[in-house]
Amino acid sequence: MIDRDQVLHVARLARLKLTDEEVERMAVELSAVLGHIEKIGELDLEGVEPTSHVVPVENVLREDKPRPSWPRETMLELAPESSNIGFEVPSPGA
Amino acid sequence: MSELHDLTAAEAAARVNAGELSAADLFEHYRKRAESDDLGSFLWVAGEADQTDGPLGGVPVAVKDLFCVEGVPSMAASKILEGYRPPYTATAVRRLRAAGAPVLGKTNMDEFAMGSSNENSGYGPVRNPWDRERVPGGSSGGSAASVAAGTAPWAIGTDTGGSIRQPAALCGIVGLKPTYGAISRYGMIAFASSLDQCGPLTRDVTDAALLLRHMVGRDECDSTSLDYPEEVQLPSAERLDGLRFGVWGLHEEGVEPGVLDTCKAAIGKLEELGGTVEEIDLPHAKYGISAYYVLAPAEASANLARYDGVRFGIRRGDGDLTTMYETTRAEGFGPEVKRRIMLGTYALSSGYYDAYYGTAQRVRTKIADDFRDAFKQVDFVVTPTSPTVAFKLGERTKDPLAMYLSDYFTVPMSLAGIPTISIPVGLSENLPVGLQLAGPAFSESRILDAAHALEKAVGFDGSRARG
Repeated sequence: MIDRDQVLHVARLARLKLTDEEVERMAVELSAVLGHIEKIGELDLEGVEPTSHVVPVENVLREDKPRPSWPRETMLELAPESSNIGFEVPSPGA
Repeated sequence: MSELHDLTAAEAAARVNAGELSAADLFEHYRKRAESDDLGSFLWVAGEADQTDGPLGGVPVAVKDLFCVEGVPSMAASKILEGYRPPYTATAVRRLRAAGAPVLGKTNMDEFAMGSSNENSGYGPVRNPWDRERVPGGSSGGSAASVAAGTAPWAIGTDTGGSIRQPAALCGIVGLKPTYGAISRYGMIAFASSLDQCGPLTRDVTDAALLLRHMVGRDECDSTSLDYPEEVQLPSAERLDGLRFGVWGLHEEGVEPGVLDTCKAAIGKLEELGGTVEEIDLPHAKYGISAYYVLAPAEASANLARYDGVRFGIRRGDGDLTTMYETTRAEGFGPEVKRRIMLGTYALSSGYYDAYYGTAQRVRTKIADDFRDAFKQVDFVVTPTSPTVAFKLGERTKDPLAMYLSDYFTVPMSLAGIPTISIPVGLSENLPVGLQLAGPAFSESRILDAAHALEKAVGFDGSRARG
């Protein structure tokens, strides 16, 4: 139901590098799970509103007042690589 | 009952507050027990108590590794967050500390809370204290095992599709998933944000009420958190006169006969205590697993996009930026997390969104409607918590779908966002069986009260797991 090419396409979207063995296994496992999931296609859901959230809250606002944020150093210390001005990453086109 | 760890947390707190026990001695007793735990329950144990003054009497709490605690390893049991020590503390943990419950340690779990056996941890499995060859359930497996084994007096965990209730059932303790929004999710590492909810795992129902009482309430750091409408009541009921219980799930496929018999005996007790029992239908609940395994992975695939080797955790791979992202994620995430990210990304990808995500959201509405209809007839919905007792390590790891079906009875309440408790009601094959009681949103005090009456009538003895 879901083939090797689809697995590779989705892995690319998800930024996951998969080994050949993982690609094969993922195709089998995802097909089995999707087969079960497709049972929901049996239902007549015409006119049923989708639920994205069970709690009826909307427009949760707070006072528009500045407050201190995290010091830059605190956040940069957590990064695998950083300079004193920001996070360091490899070049997108290297 | 001579040992300190045979006391419930409420009993220990009462002794401390009466001046009969020192909070420091109590902490040290549990700290030593947690350090010598050989079930794999803990990923980190505190050296000293950070706060002991308050109504919770200094009784230390074991905290699932999904919660951020300032300066303490908080990795969601994932290799991708190895070494991460957050600069802030989750609201639930902060509130418990303020009420006098210091952090005892961080408990093992399925990586990013994805799993039903704790075998998906990046740091090794947890064993069930009732039988070390068996799983404790998941994803809050370390929290459940530590409370059952008496290496922690009580614990908090998180429940997205059953991750508090199922391990509580498999370890013979009480687990409560509160109403969605009752407790702030701030500082809880996100899995599926519309479903994730923090809750207690405890020796008994009173302990669950006490922990819940001190965690609920609106938090401006979580815009989906809500003002809790009342103070959570400590349970006292011994009778169930006038209460109506609607039973579901006794005729589903795959429920072990021993689990059914144990649940039926407990349901008989509900009647003996004065409750009325009738079987009800939740016509769409059987589609819960299907809807859940679209919605939760879809939300997870978005939430886990942040683990890219840039701002925190590990970085792997040489070459360009994309190669770094792909290699970091390939090496940092375990197999189940990858599977769910793939499933969620597929379900949200162009051309499939309506067929999967849109449909699953409509099924969610139907399941919530089923419960709304049920609560017009009955006060509580009653079901088994898990279709089986604790299974053997390795038994289901090769079959993801079989593992997912462990959550058959717990997922519907998660999708509906309603509070549900699991309490131990007996043994089958010498292993604990849990029964669930669910009620409408914000009915926690009533659920706890009914569960308390049932707990007293059942008289479950968990002492064997404490060795």
